[in-house]
Amino acid sequence: MSIGHTLLGLLESGPRHGYDLKRAFDEHFGHDRPLHYGQVYATMSRLLKNGLVEVDGIEQGGGPDRKRYAITEAGVTDVGQWLARPEKPEPYLQSTLYTKVVLALLTGRSAAGLLDAQRAEHLRLMRGLTERKRSGDLADQLICDHALFHLEADLRWLEVTAARLGRLAEAVRA
Amino acid sequence: MTKRKPGAGGAEQGRPTGPRGPARWIRDLCLGARYAVAGGREGLLRTALTAVGVGLGVALLLLVASVPSALADRHARETARSVGVTGEFRDPAEPDARRGPDTLLYQEVRTDFHDKPVTGGLLAPDGPDAPRPPGVDRLPEPGEMVVSPALAALLASDRGALLRDRFAAYRTVGTIGHAGLVGPDELLYYAGSDRIGPATGAKRVDRFGYDEPDVPMSPVLVVLTVLACVVLLTPVAVFIGTSVRFGGAGRDRRLAALRLIGADLRMVRRIAAGEALTGAVLGLGVGAAVFLALREYARDLTIRDTGIFPSDVMPTPWMLALIVVAVPACAVGVTLFTLRGVAVEPLGVVRGTAPRRRRLWWRLLVPALGAVLLTPALGRASGRLPGMPGLPVDTWQVATGAALLLLGVTALLPWGVEAFVARLRGGPPSWQLAVRRLQLKSGPAARAVSGITVAVAGAIAVQMVFTGVRGEFDTSPEALATHSQLTGSYAVGSPRQVHDWVDRLRRTEGVRAASGHVERYVGKDGAPNTVTSVLVGDCATLAELADIGSCRDGDVFLGRSDDPGHADAFGPGTKVVAEPYTEGPARPYRWTVPESARVVRTRPGPTGEHPDGVLATPGAVDAAALPDARTRLSVRTEPGDPDAIERVRNTAAGIDPALRIDRRGGVVKDDNYPLVHRGLLLGAGGMLALIGAGLLVTTLEQLRERRRMLAALVAVGTPRRTLAWSVLWQTAIPVLLGMAIAVAGGLGLGWAVLRLTGARGADWWAFLPVAGAGVGLIGLVTLATLPVLLRMTRPEGLRTE
Amino acid sequence: MIPAGSLLSAVGLRKSYGPTRALDDADFSVHPGEVVAVMGPSGSGKSTLLHCLAGIVRPDAGTVTYDGHRLTDLPDAERSALRRGEFGFVFQFGQLVPELTCVENAALPLRLAGLRRKEAEAKALHWLERLDVADARDQRPGEVSGGQGQRVAVARALVTSPRVIFADEPTGALDSLNGERVMELLTAAARETRAAVVLVTHESRVAAYSDREVIVRDGTVRDMAGVL
Repeated sequence: MSIGHTLLGLLESGPRHGYDLKRAFDEHFGHDRPLHYGQVYATMSRLLKNGLVEVDGIEQGGGPDRKRYAITEAGVTDVGQWLARPEKPEPYLQSTLYTKVVLALLTGRSAAGLLDAQRAEHLRLMRGLTERKRSGDLADQLICDHALFHLEADLRWLEVTAARLGRLAEAVRA
Repeated sequence: MTKRKPGAGGAEQGRPTGPRGPARWIRDLCLGARYAVAGGREGLLRTALTAVGVGLGVALLLLVASVPSALADRHARETARSVGVTGEFRDPAEPDARRGPDTLLYQEVRTDFHDKPVTGGLLAPDGPDAPRPPGVDRLPEPGEMVVSPALAALLASDRGALLRDRFAAYRTVGTIGHAGLVGPDELLYYAGSDRIGPATGAKRVDRFGYDEPDVPMSPVLVVLTVLACVVLLTPVAVFIGTSVRFGGAGRDRRLAALRLIGADLRMVRRIAAGEALTGAVLGLGVGAAVFLALREYARDLTIRDTGIFPSDVMPTPWMLALIVVAVPACAVGVTLFTLRGVAVEPLGVVRGTAPRRRRLWWRLLVPALGAVLLTPALGRASGRLPGMPGLPVDTWQVATGAALLLLGVTALLPWGVEAFVARLRGGPPSWQLAVRRLQLKSGPAARAVSGITVAVAGAIAVQMVFTGVRGEFDTSPEALATHSQLTGSYAVGSPRQVHDWVDRLRRTEGVRAASGHVERYVGKDGAPNTVTSVLVGDCATLAELADIGSCRDGDVFLGRSDDPGHADAFGPGTKVVAEPYTEGPARPYRWTVPESARVVRTRPGPTGEHPDGVLATPGAVDAAALPDARTRLSVRTEPGDPDAIERVRNTAAGIDPALRIDRRGGVVKDDNYPLVHRGLLLGAGGMLALIGAGLLVTTLEQLRERRRMLAALVAVGTPRRTLAWSVLWQTAIPVLLGMAIAVAGGLGLGWAVLRLTGARGADWWAFLPVAGAGVGLIGLVTLATLPVLLRMTRPEGLRTE
Repeated sequence: MIPAGSLLSAVGLRKSYGPTRALDDADFSVHPGEVVAVMGPSGSGKSTLLHCLAGIVRPDAGTVTYDGHRLTDLPDAERSALRRGEFGFVFQFGQLVPELTCVENAALPLRLAGLRRKEAEAKALHWLERLDVADARDQRPGEVSGGQGQRVAVARALVTSPRVIFADEPTGALDSLNGERVMELLTAAARETRAAVVLVTHESRVAAYSDREVIVRDGTVRDMAGVL
């Protein structure tokens, strides 16, 4: 999962301080693994360097780093591309996909389209496996079946998520 | 080990247990009853069909059970008012009661009005305590009469105008009550009279009521009765059986659902029994209502010219009790029997798969036994007339045989249907669909066929017999030459009296000719089987009978016509004797034909008959001494004027109510045939309609069960027409098969009965209306299924629920 | 717009059942020899789309074009004839006539088309053999397993050599192995005869037998070719 893209996506709704970013991240995605502030700082430095964010202002006094970040045009494009690009189907994909869906909802992009694209990607792979199965021997078939069942499970998750997008959007925007 | 086995120990305390013993029975039966009446539209329809079907059967049972008591009641009232034979044919040997204050003289007289008999009782009380006939409050004085309600109504109506003249001499002083009447439309009166006496044939009695000896029933009649009962009751049994099974598939599904929630098999059976019981009990109610409605028609059903009191049509209490108990018991029995082959499993109903092939042998055994019992009787009875003495028919053998034959056919049918359907092949897809369906599940079809066959065959047979028996009176009364000829019979009168009577008859409007003379048949002395008539009249009377030429009192003529007769044997000098009919005070009259007797040519009388025989003047033969001699009156009226006949009777009644006038031909009696015919057609039609309703329910149920498949078939491009045709075939095959067997069976049965009774003129086309109704039924059932079929084949049916 | 070379296509389909809108401006097309999976959540209008495409249901609006004919303009009798002759159907269950034997069931479309019984059953038997259910030829659908029954149904769909096969959840009532077998045989036969297949399914493993999938959501069709 890409923390950079996630933080970028969170910035799309408006400029934030680093600390706010961490809080927003934890709130949406860090249920069991809160983000270290150091990670935020490091990631934001990289994004700054790449021109995907800019410093919107620095507040004096108070905490250690009172920089306020804002997303650049390039940053928005980058988030869009990342969200639209289906993930390569692989195990334990859900957290990435979940992040993407939430971010899409937060940034007003089409979460359904994202899921459909991911489904198409999964099916593409499944077609390949099915084809291989048809021509392969029993060992091939068994191996392919294993992969197929896992992909099928992911797809089911995608479907269920798609069906619950409305409720998820409400929860995220609350 | 596990401490808590499911269901062990804890169950008794923890889980709720239902009631036990009889309470459980009641609970399950009530549950079944609730399903019967609260099972939605389909359940209600099913219950209603069962109730109507059972109801019709019950109504028929009640009617049949009422026949003996109705006849017995009628007979009881008839004998209660009878005093035995009076008048002309009175048995003089029968003693009169000793005259006293509690006796009266009684003589029965009869007249007819438009061919319907009017019976009168002439009464002359001997004292204040004279007995009263049943239903009469007060004895009428001379010049008074009490009348039956029907006669009162007739006399008051326009139709009875001519009859009023006949009773002009009497004043109506009361009506006769129910106890004194045989039927509701009986024309009966009691009139006071001072003219009757022992000479006129009146009888002195101290009470009314006369035990007529029982006439044993003719064996043929017994056979007919048993046959009729079997013909009537077999369909009732089949029908009640079929009715209880209406909509069985729906019930089975319901029971399966009950199994799923934990009902055991016995409970399910009890619930099914409760359901059947409800239908049957409702059916008893329907049957009672139909019976009460139908028995009103008893008025129109005449036995010996008199209708039946609807109130007489009531089964005896024990018959009633039997029906009330047996019908629901049969319903429950049939239900449990049908559940026998069905394992109601929690997940749907599993019928004994691989349908058990029906066994043939026992089904064949029954009708074969019947045929064996029947054959000898049929052979012997051929051509014999009913009531012939010494008819060597073993009544009970024939009756049992016929019953077994009919029942056997019913048992044979399901097998026959199965065998027949199994042989059907080929044909277009619609035919294939229908045939395969019937092959797989021929139960409902077979039941439909049995129901149709027995009912329709019975109807056809009875109708055929009725038409056959009726065929003998088929000539139109107007076409008979004798339809305007009347004869009268009265006590011997003097020549002057006879002249007076004939004059009065001649003067009656519409009379063309009339004659009268005293007559008695005589036998040759020593050869009693050689007989001729002796006609006594004055010269004027005899001159009307024959060309006698000159005549003086004391002359005797031998009347001859072209008709060869015994007259030749009675030449001059023949000794003749008139023996009294019965033993009594009268003596035989012996007489010798005088040598002076001349042969003369007779003329046809008013009725066209030649008065051949010995024509004697009163001076030659003492009419008063001739035992049992009667005055014979002959009248011919204007042909085609029925009122003239009534006027002649009025004239006769004016002479004496005891002078009875009969028509010589063309008498039109109330004919039960149209009523029976209509009843049969209605009954058969009703049966068919109910069977149709049953088929409809089965078909609809089956369509509903298969809606997905039907929708799929239409989706793959099966024309709806094909499906509609398959429904048509599915109905048509069993119905047509049933009708074919029914027509064959009915005609065969009718033929057999006609042969047994010796009647002629069978109506071989009697089956046409019923057969037509059957074809109509097929169309109707198919038409009624079409809307449902169209609904079932909509693409919505493809959706997975 | 009808894509070039398509055998069966639909433009702007709308269909409502009472207040529920099953299809709302749906487009679709399939080429000869192409297997298209129609996916989507239940109640999204997948089956309605299939019913409209096959001419079982007339859409409220929009056109369905098959091989140059506007299906939506044809009367019911002609659409039925088309379904008998040009289309084949496999449903989830309950499509076989329970009283007819398997071979009679498979031969039914040919019989409806007017073929004589012997000829029709010989052809049907050929397909039963290809689908490995010739053993069940004289058995009734109630006496064979679900997989066998479904293969009989596939045989029935293929027996008229249809140009489009409509399969609505053909494996819905089967376990995965039997489902796979049915899909294997169905798609192989379709590819061989260059029949188009419209495959409605909610199972991705079944959809994986397709060449392309479309998603029906809220009555509209999303062609995934455009998403990628």
